[in-house]
Parts: sequence; structure tokens; C-alpha cells
Amino acid sequence: MTDSSKSKSMSHSDRIAASLKRRHAAETRFRLYGISAIAIALIFLVIMLGSIFIRGWGGFFETQIELTVDFSRQIIDPEGTNDPAVFARADFRKIVRNALKARFPDVTKRKDVKALKALISKAAGYELSHLIRDDPALIGTTQNIWLPSSDEVDNFMKGSVSRDLPESARRIKDIHVGWIEELEAEGALKSTLNLRFFTHGDSREPENAGIWGAIVGSTLTLFITLILSFPLGVMAAIYLEELSPKTRWTDFIEVNINNMAAVPSIIYGLLGLAVFLNFMHLPRSAPLVGGMVLALMTLPTIIIATRASLKAVPPSIREAARGLGASPIQVVLHHVLPLAMPGILTGTIIGMARALGESAPLLMIGMVAFIVDIPQSFTDPATALPVQVYLWADSPERAFVEKTAAATIVLVAFLVVMNAMAVYLRKRFERRW
Amino acid sequence: MKTALKPKPIRVTVRNTQSSSSVQAMKPAADKNAPAPTLEGAKMNIEKVNVFYGDNQALTDIDLQIRVNEVTALIGPSGCGKSTFLRCLNRMNDTIEECRVSGLVMLDDMDVYGPDVDVVHLRARIGMVFQKPNPFPKSIYENVAYGPRIHGLVSSRADLDDIVMTSLTKAGLIKEVRDRLHESGTSLSGGQQQRLCIARAIAVNPEVILMDEPCSALDPIATARIEELIDELSQNFTIVIVTHSMQQAARVSQRTAFFHLGELVEFGDTEQVFTSPRDERTQGYITGRFG
Ligand SMILES: Nc1ncnc2c1ncn2[C@@H]1O[C@H](COP(=O)(O)OP(=O)(O)OP(=O)(O)O)[C@@H](O)[C@H]1O
Ligand SMILES: [Mg+2]
Repeated sequence: MTDSSKSKSMSHSDRIAASLKRRHAAETRFRLYGISAIAIALIFLVIMLGSIFIRGWGGFFETQIELTVDFSRQIIDPEGTNDPAVFARADFRKIVRNALKARFPDVTKRKDVKALKALISKAAGYELSHLIRDDPALIGTTQNIWLPSSDEVDNFMKGSVSRDLPESARRIKDIHVGWIEELEAEGALKSTLNLRFFTHGDSREPENAGIWGAIVGSTLTLFITLILSFPLGVMAAIYLEELSPKTRWTDFIEVNINNMAAVPSIIYGLLGLAVFLNFMHLPRSAPLVGGMVLALMTLPTIIIATRASLKAVPPSIREAARGLGASPIQVVLHHVLPLAMPGILTGTIIGMARALGESAPLLMIGMVAFIVDIPQSFTDPATALPVQVYLWADSPERAFVEKTAAATIVLVAFLVVMNAMAVYLRKRFERRW
Repeated sequence: MKTALKPKPIRVTVRNTQSSSSVQAMKPAADKNAPAPTLEGAKMNIEKVNVFYGDNQALTDIDLQIRVNEVTALIGPSGCGKSTFLRCLNRMNDTIEECRVSGLVMLDDMDVYGPDVDVVHLRARIGMVFQKPNPFPKSIYENVAYGPRIHGLVSSRADLDDIVMTSLTKAGLIKEVRDRLHESGTSLSGGQQQRLCIARAIAVNPEVILMDEPCSALDPIATARIEELIDELSQNFTIVIVTHSMQQAARVSQRTAFFHLGELVEFGDTEQVFTSPRDERTQGYITGRFG
């Protein structure tokens, strides 16, 4: 090698070395941008979930007070009919009042006796009536029973109403505080899991309001959504992707499907209102109609996800099957579809998760009503989880703040489970060719 | 080899489109009427085939006869239309939207592009092995059993087992997979996968097997095995093979067709094509001067 070419090659490699430094710096910078973006996203996620969790956690618990309840026959069944219908009409609130008076025999002033009532939930009467319904033999006996406290006592116990507030600023008066302290000292006051929250429908009384009605409503709605949108979406995608000739019509349809995926969900609600309710006269507030509306909304998501996963199946598999003499349908059903299934299911689950979290279209078709009963069928009036959150967020009582957050936790839990399922399916069935 | 046993039928040499049409003129258009093919021993008869991809003409006026139980090799530089030609024979081009095929392709006395031809049936008669091994991501057994199953060739599990075992034996794979029939076909090595694909193709018992560069992804040992296999298979099957290896064409085939820029430049006995090519382009290609 000559000298000149040597020096040339030296400067050449020097130049590369110099540029290397710049490139490394750019790489480090880019890495930092990425990490900080993820960190910011994580921080917001933690703040959001953390605040919901902190606020909602108490909603899963309630304060109970132990009282000695006298199931007096005079009150429940004075005429001795032994008729369950008579038991059901009995004045159980009076029994609760009597039990309270018996618990605090020193309280005699009329005003104070009235104040005593505020310790126990208005729902306690139902609780007792259910006990009698299930076991009429209790009539005439005296039992120690844990009854739900009122939401004011519950809030006070959970610390969301401070003891330091002036008396006039809180619903719990000093006299109540005295009684609560007395009960606490005697071990007649405890905090337990609020089972009613998971088994009851909505209620005007926060301590009696439960999420079960909304869960059932959401389940029924999503069931309809799934059985409508999954087969329709998958079949449409298979036809468009595998079987149809590529014409201007299929292009037109494809563009429209992509547009449909971008339509705001409330528009689907309006469509449902106009077509399903006003034109087809289907029942209002029903999971059937909610499911149909959400199916329309989910359909494009499923079609797009299915087409993407069909496209991801290597063409060599199709050629192999076709070369053996498989008919187009056999190629799809025997080879392409099974390979695309994990992707299709992932897309479907994500679509369903979106449908589960959707409230706007349901508002339009009346699934926003106050519904106490647990829906029993697809045509019963029902509400859904996100709508329940919306309803409770709108309620004035202090205790509903907690319920709102608790319902959000339940909703988020469902969403996390569904997304985890999607991730699991993707990982489990990921194939390499 | 078998070539020696067979009576040599009329020699068909195609130098250019001119002479090919003269060959056609020599023989009356009997293919459509007579049940027996005009050319003795011709399994497939291709006349005046033109293929277009959109406006691009990929093949021009191809005339070729593929004789029964022989290996016909297609050679030529990359992009000259060998794969396109091969895929015309079992209508694998049908699914390519912009692809148009004109001309006559006969399998025995059936017009492959005839209006009443069912491609499913056609592909059961003309099997295909692809350049890249493409086993189904299913068990080895299922890979081989798939064809017989969809065509309803078997009535019992025992028959199916039988077909799978004989196909794997014929493909020379049985020793390696006897104990792992239920493992995935994709877990095999490249060469084993290609033999599995061959076993899968012969399980349907086709009359013709088309192979598009079956050894291009394989090492010399695996290639040698597949060549051996092709030799054995040619006793029962008619084989058309695309290859880029002159040696391979010389080793396995009885007849060789040389394609260049979408035209069939030369077609004749392998020995003749390689020892005394008639066209200088063939000469140039086989001696490695271009291609
Ligand atoms: N699907 C297709 N769409 C459009 N043009 C195509 C298509 N397939 C092949 N062609 C064109 O047809 C011509 C012949 O291609 P073909 O694949 O038959 O070549 P080949 O001889 O098999 O080449 P190779 O040896 O590289 O495999 C090429 O010019 C190619 O660009
Ligand atoms: Mg090719």
C-alpha cells in the first residue's frame, strides 16, 4: 500500500470514529426520551389507579352494629296467621327501633330517641324481614344480630368525616359520637366485608346499594354483543380477505369498515335509538338492545383485527393447501383460520373490553335508569357497569363517592382480566413458521 | 435408466415460435377429439401458452410435451418464467388476480383450462412441491394424512395409517420420523421438511408432480437424497422440476427445457441439450457465460 492511500484510509476511519460518537449520543438521547415517556405514562397510571383504589377500597367494607333483636310476635304476626305474606308486611323498622332502645335504656328524651335511629341503616329492616322469610321459627325469639350501620356512621368510622369538624358541620352529632364510642368499647361495632355491595342491585341508600345488578346487566349485554359481532365480524373478514375478488366494491366496503371503527360511540347509540327502539319497538333499557348497539360498535374492530391476523398467516401455508387440492373454504377452515385464531380472539377480547367500558351509547337507549332489581333476562330493564359508575358519580350522598370509586375498581378489574386474557392468548398461541 | 427402455417418440425441438407452429401444423389437432394423445407417452401437452401479469408478458407461445414417467427439467436464468410456467400446469396462477393465461394445456385428454374442470380435482392429479419447504404447522402424520383425507381417499384409520407410512417410506423419511409422527412438521430440519412436503404430495397419489426448485434451500447431502428420491419416484410419477443447478438437471432429468426471457429456447433430451445444444443461448447458459 502506498503512503497516500494509507493516510487516506486513516482519515476515513477517523471520520467514521467521529461520526460514531455522534451516533452513540443520538442513540442515548433517544433511549432517554423513550424511558421518560414510559415513566410519565406509568406515573399517571399509578396516580389514577392509586387514587381510585384509595377512594374505593372502603366501599368494599361496611360498619356493622350488634344489637339484641327481639322478634316479637306482637309486631310480626299479631293475629297468629303464620302467613309469610303477613310477615313480609310487618313493621321491622319498629323492631330495629325497639332493639336500639333496649341497647341504650338510658336514652329517654324524645329528641334523643329519634336521633338514635340514625345509627342503623334504613336497610336493616329488610335484613330482618329476610331473616324471618328464610326461617320463620325465629319469631318470638331474641337474637344477637349484626346490623348494617347508617352511611353517616360508616363514613364517620372510615374517617371520611373528621371528628374535629364543628358539630354543626357534620351529620353525626356529638351525642352519636358518644354512642359510637360506647358501642366500640363494648365490641359491638365492627368493620366487615360489604357482601351486599356484591349481591345487591342499585339503591337510594348508599349502604344498601350494590354492583351486582350492573354486573349482570353488563354480562347480559356483552353476551349479546359477542354472539352477534364475533361470528358476523369473522365471517365478513374471511370473505373480504380470503374469498372475495378484489373489486371496486370490496375497496369501497373496506374503506367504510375502517370509517365505522372511527365513528364516535354515541352515534351508535343514536342509531340504536332510532332503529331498534323507535322503528323496531324493542324494549327500552334492555340488555338485548344494548348488546345490539355495542355489537354494531364492536363489529369493525373485530373485522379489522381478523383481517390483520388472516393477513399475518404466511401465504406459503395457503399455497401448500391449495396445491394439495384443498378448496378455498377448506384452505381457510383447515389452515388459515386456526392459525389466525389467537389474533382473532385477541382482537375480539379487546373489542369486548372496549364495549364493556362504553357508556355513551347505552345512555341513548335508556340503560341509564335507576334499576333496583337484578335483571333476569335479556329484555329486563338493566344498567351496565360504566353507567352505574356514572349514576353514582351523580348522586349527592357522601357515601356514593366511595361507591363510585369501588364500582370503578370492579370495572377496571374486569378490564384488566380481559386484557390479560388477550395477552395470554397471544403469548400462548404465538407461532413461528 | 428408463429413457433407454422407451421408444423415442418424435423429437420436438422448438427454436422459436416460427418452428413451433410448424410442429403444430405437422400434427392434426387431434388432442381434443381422440382419447389417446397424439404424442406417444405424452402425459401433458402444452400448446401456444401465453401468460400475462397485467400488461407484462411473462411467457410467449410455449409448446412443450411432458412425457409419462419421465423427469422433465426446466432451466433458465432468473425471471425467465419457469415458475410461472410450472404454476400454469396445475392452475396455481388462478389466485393471482392480474394473471391471465391463454393457450392449451392438456393433461391426458383433459383441457386443464376447460370450463368444466374442477381445480380441486386437477390438483389431486397434479401435485406440487414448493421451493421453500412449507409443511403445515401440524403433526408430521397430519401433514401427510391431510390430502387423502380431504379427497376422501380412505375409509378407515388403518388405510390412512397405511398411506401415511408408505408415503413417508417413498419419500425416504420414515427412518427419521418413525418415532415422532405426532411431533410438529415444522420441528424437522429443512431437508426433512422438504421430504415431508414430497411425502405429502405423493400421499394423494397424483399422476404428475411439479417441483419448483425443491433443493434450493438444502445442503448437498440433503440435495443428493432428494435427487435420489426424484429418481425413484419417476418410476411411478411424471415429474416436472425447475432447477438452477445444471448438474442437477443433468443428473435427474431425461428431458430438459431451456427458457429465456419468457420463451422456450430449446427443448430436448437432456443429454442432447447439455452436450450439443442447438441454440447458442442454451450453449451460453449451460457453459455459464450468462444467466
Ligand atoms: N405474481 C406476480 N405478479 C406480477 N409479475 C410476476 C408475478 N410472478 C412473476 N412475475 C413476473 O413474471 C416473470 C417470470 O417470473 P417467474 O417467477 O416465473 O420467474 P422464474 O423463472 O421462476 O425465476 P426464478 O428462477 O428467479 O424463480 C418475472 O418477470 C416476474 O417479474
Ligand atoms: Mg421461480
